[in-house]
This record gives sequence, C-alpha cells and structure tokens, in this order.
Amino acid sequence: MAVVRFNEVDVIFGPNPSDATEMLDSGAGRDEIFNKTQNLVAVHNASLQVEEGQICVLMGLSGSGKSSLLRCANGLNKVTRGQVIVRHDDEDIDVASCDWQTLHQLRTERISMVFQQFALMPWRTVRDNVGFGLELDGVPKEKLGRIVDEKLALVRLSEWAHKYPKELSGGMQQRVGLARALATDAGILLMDEPFSALDPLIREHLQDELIQLQDELKKTIIFVSHDLDEALKLGSLIAIMDAGKIVQVGTPEEIVSDPANDYVRRFVASMNPLKVLNCASLMRPVSQLQTVNGNTDRALDMDKKFICSLDDKGRPDKITHAGTDVSLIPFEDDLDLESLPHNVLVSADLETPMRAAVEINYVFGLPMPVIDKIGRLIGVVGTEEIFSGILGDA
Amino acid sequence: MSLTPEFLTEKIPIGKWVKIFVEYLTDNFDEQFRFFSNILEWIIHNTIYLLGLIDPIVLILFLCGLSYFLHRNWKMVIGVGLGLILILNLGYWEQTIETVALVLFSTVVSVVIGIPLGIMAAHRRWLFTLMRPILDLMQTIPTFVYLIPTLMLFGLGMVPGLISTVIFAIPAPIRLTYLGITSVPKQLVDAGKAFGASKMQLLWKVELPHALPTIMAGLTQCIMLSLSMVVIAALVGADGLGKPVIRALNSVNIAQGFEAGLAIVIVAIVLDRLLKQPDVRKTGTGG
Repeated sequence: MAVVRFNEVDVIFGPNPSDATEMLDSGAGRDEIFNKTQNLVAVHNASLQVEEGQICVLMGLSGSGKSSLLRCANGLNKVTRGQVIVRHDDEDIDVASCDWQTLHQLRTERISMVFQQFALMPWRTVRDNVGFGLELDGVPKEKLGRIVDEKLALVRLSEWAHKYPKELSGGMQQRVGLARALATDAGILLMDEPFSALDPLIREHLQDELIQLQDELKKTIIFVSHDLDEALKLGSLIAIMDAGKIVQVGTPEEIVSDPANDYVRRFVASMNPLKVLNCASLMRPVSQLQTVNGNTDRALDMDKKFICSLDDKGRPDKITHAGTDVSLIPFEDDLDLESLPHNVLVSADLETPMRAAVEINYVFGLPMPVIDKIGRLIGVVGTEEIFSGILGDA
Repeated sequence: MSLTPEFLTEKIPIGKWVKIFVEYLTDNFDEQFRFFSNILEWIIHNTIYLLGLIDPIVLILFLCGLSYFLHRNWKMVIGVGLGLILILNLGYWEQTIETVALVLFSTVVSVVIGIPLGIMAAHRRWLFTLMRPILDLMQTIPTFVYLIPTLMLFGLGMVPGLISTVIFAIPAPIRLTYLGITSVPKQLVDAGKAFGASKMQLLWKVELPHALPTIMAGLTQCIMLSLSMVVIAALVGADGLGKPVIRALNSVNIAQGFEAGLAIVIVAIVLDRLLKQPDVRKTGTGG
C-alpha cells in the first residue's frame, strides 16, 4: 500500500496560477508561460507512489522542481492542481485539499521534515530544538524530556544537549535536525537535500548513519538530492526530475542500466561506479560465457584457463585451472587476501560491491564467479567486466 | 502676465481644514479628552510622587546594583553612581525623577502600541505600505507643529507632553519590530510550519524569539527619542529637566541652562549604558 501518492501534481508559483494551467494544457512550455504570465511552473504533472518503508529519492538539477514537489507532501507548498494523498491511520488524506485541522494533525503526527540548512532555532539549546515539534503538539514536559533524551542518544548527541546549535559542527547540527524530525515519531520523513551543505566526508558518514537508522526505524523517507551517487546509495526508488517533470522512476539498478533519456544518461555518466555498482550489474551472465566440451562446461575467462562444469541445477560442480582442481571461497569483508592458498577462486554474490571485485582482480588477476543464494553460477566478473563498468556501458 | 494659471493662485485651505477638524474634536469630544487626560495625569503624578518618597541615595545605590547585575562591569557602576550623585548635587533630582517618569510612560505607551502594530505590518504587506508614509510624517514633521493641537485637546501639563513624545518616538518600535519579524529566515518559518505550528505558535515560538534583539534595539531607540523630547514637552507644561532649560532660555541664564542640560546628558548616558546589550551574545537569546 502506497503511503504517499502524488497524483498529477502541478505546482505553480506566481500571481495567477490558473492562467498558467490553461497554457500548460494547451501545451505551452515553462519559459513561454513565465514570459507571458509571470507564473513559474515548478512542477508539472508529477505522479509518484512511495511505498511503506521505502527511501524514495527525488533527483534532479537545481530548479528541476524536486524540492517543490517534496514540499507538497506536508503542505509547505500549495498544490495548484492534482492530489497528494497521504495514508494516515488507514485513511487517505489529500494534503492539497484538507482543512487546517487535518493538516496540523498530519504535521504533528504523521510527517516530519529535515531541512537543507538545518533550520535549527539559534536561541534554543540542542535539547529544546529536538523537543520543538513535541512542544508545539503540547506534549507534557516529563514525557517530552524522556523522548528528547532517547532521540539524542539515537543520534549520539547526548553530551551536547545543553549547547547551542552554533557551537556544533555542520554534521552535528544536521543530526540535531534529524533527531528533531524523529522526535514526533512520524512515519514519514521528508528530507530536503539534508546533506548538501556538508563537506563530502561528513556527508558520506551521515548517509551511512541514515542507512543504519533506517534499518532500525523503517520510516518512509522522501529524500531530495542533486547527487546521483547519493541517490543510488540511499534510494530504493529513484524519481529523476527535469524542468518540473518526472522523467524516470525506477530502482537504482534500473536507472543505471536503462536511463530513459539523455538527461538521465548524463547523470549516470558522471556517477562514481565504485560506490554504486555491484557484481549483479557488472557481471557477464552465465549465458554469455564461452562453452567448452560441448555444452556443459563454461570458461570463466577469455583465455579459457578456468573451466567450470555445472551440475543439472546450474551449480558449479568442478572448477579446474590448467588441469588442477580449484576450490571456491565466498567473498567476505574481512577476508585476508594475502594468506589465501593458490588453488582457490574468490566467489561473489549479487550484492558484492564493485570495489571488492576490483580489489580481488588487482591482487590475483583472477576472474570472480558470481554465485546466487541457492548456489548457482550466474555470472563472472573479470577484468573486461570491470572496465566496461567503469566506462559506463555495463 | 504671470505664467501661473488662475486656479493655482487661489490658496488651498489645508491649514483651515486641519483647524476645523481639531476644533470639531475639541467642541464635541472635549470631555472625553479631558477625562483621558486627567487619568493619565493622575497616574504619572502618583508615580513621580512614589519615586520621590524614596531617598535619592537608596535609588542611586539601587541603580548601581542594577547596572552591575545587567553588565558585570565595575567601571560602568562607578560611572552611573558618580553621574547620578552629580545630578543630586546640582539640585535637579526632583526634575530628573519627573523626566524619567515621562520617558518611562511614553516608552511603555509606544511599546504597547508599537510592537503589535509592527507585528501586524510584518504580516500584511498592504498595512506596511499604508503605514510607511504616516511613520515618515510622524518623524519628519516639526514637533512644534503638533504641540498646538495636543495642547488644545489635552490642556497644559504632563499629558500633552506625553502624547507629543509618543508621536515622535513610536515609529522606532514599529519599524524595528517590523524589521525583526520580516527578517526571520524563511527556513525557520518553514520548520515551524512543518512541525505543525499554528499562526500564534509561529509568532511566539519562531518569529518573536528571532526578532527579540531587533525589538530590544527598537525599545532602546524609543527611550532615547523620548528623552530627546524632554525640552519640547516642557513647552506644553510637562514637568522635568526641560523646564529649567526653558526658563534659562527665557531669562538668558547661562548657569542654569548649562546645569540642567548637563543633567539631561547624564540621564541619557546612564539610560543608554543600562540598556546597552552585551556585545557578546553568549546564549543567543539576546537582551
């Protein structure tokens, strides 16, 4: 069941949005509408469904309307046309048309938000900032204190509770912002480029923390980003926006392997493949491997040095290298590559990151068979696959 | 032949219209104005009376303590103490109390009316557009000009002085409150809304705390502007340090004029130092 649904949402800023909608319907472009009516079409005809527990990343260049769309979800932006349906207590609420009472209830109980520039109140201590949402909701002091302490511990800022925001580093400030958003126990979290204002190391660190927290908390997160690496790292669903329209919605793998148009392709070309790709998207599938000895055996490399025979279920039965038997060792993060015996191949699973494949290839120069969960050989990652992955035509 | 067209030679009776309006007010609402005036006069005089009951030395010690409590600065405490003792020595203590009371009341009136007006203007663009020329007028029109109608409406005494002072000083809190509220960063307002703040909560928990330092600056300005009206208020009969200055002017009494003027300067410096906000805002909450 979708928790947040955007149905054909238009967001138009300006003196007279209804003029702009008419022009939009007759097919006019953004620039034309702005020049004629001074109305800015921020979002046009955006439809998107976000499922429970998903991290949905809205991706695009600045001005593509991603923040404008996000802000419709809690009514910070007015929806000119269309619906934004939020599921709350088994009821569908249209944020675009509900009354103030309902909106207030959604904002205090259901949806919370993290901002790009942190948006902490400089006159409040860290503690009072975290308790802000609860205070607005009239939560009694004792209960408020308990929740705030708990959330501060969650983002590991307990010792900073009585400092003021400006005494904290950017990364810490945003953790306060996150704790504030988590404090109301809202199921839906809107994150408007929360890590963009931070330097790259801190940003990665916070991304990792968010992933860890999400494993525990299972929120539904709508995340705005202009960075495809970030989108691919965090997102389970990515919606790419260009000039107010959603141009592609898909899983990270779909976006990378099948960009819908040149705009998306340009993003994909500039990403860092080491962080994003895994063996599933890198590998040469088993069907494309060279066959040896009739149809049963497969060559794991171009020179046919490693030969793998498969059993009837497709599991590797016996692997040989120039006549000697070779055994498989599954890859693990703490595998000591230096101490491995000679006659082994390190195997990968679908999720093994590209970095590991590159490392194995660098140390041994050997192909990496990819084995799925039930033990079947489904592909190989060798030098060619790594190069083509880096070049972006994996 | 003159180039000025005929219809321009006939004078537009603006002055007359104002006169008719003021006369209308005095003719029809005289009682109400006098009633209002009497109440205010009573309050101010009793405040002055009560302040006068306190021994000057006790009051000076209290103010020194207050300045230490506010600023933790011994130099300032000594300065405040010496200044006030000099006033006492020159024999202007009673007038100083009267002046301070007048300043205090006009500030209270200005702030009580000005801050809500500033908030309202900040939330409604059209209201500020409307108020702006009026505020400009209030600050630029020579004060003597509106002394005449206030005198007619409220009679001689403290009250017309108070009203004139308020007219002159109230634009400061209005403008600075407006400035403080409108300069609240949009993202803080958004954060407030995103967590479900109502309009009132937004005002009390986001806008006012953020605008507080600016509003306090408006308050300080308001006090200083009120003080600068002391001599003019004395022209319509308000008691205080302005009276000896006027008297000195009329009798060309250099000695008295200088002493009373010095007392005004001391009061101004003491008030300014007491109200000055600490340079380093350690807590971020400001004044």
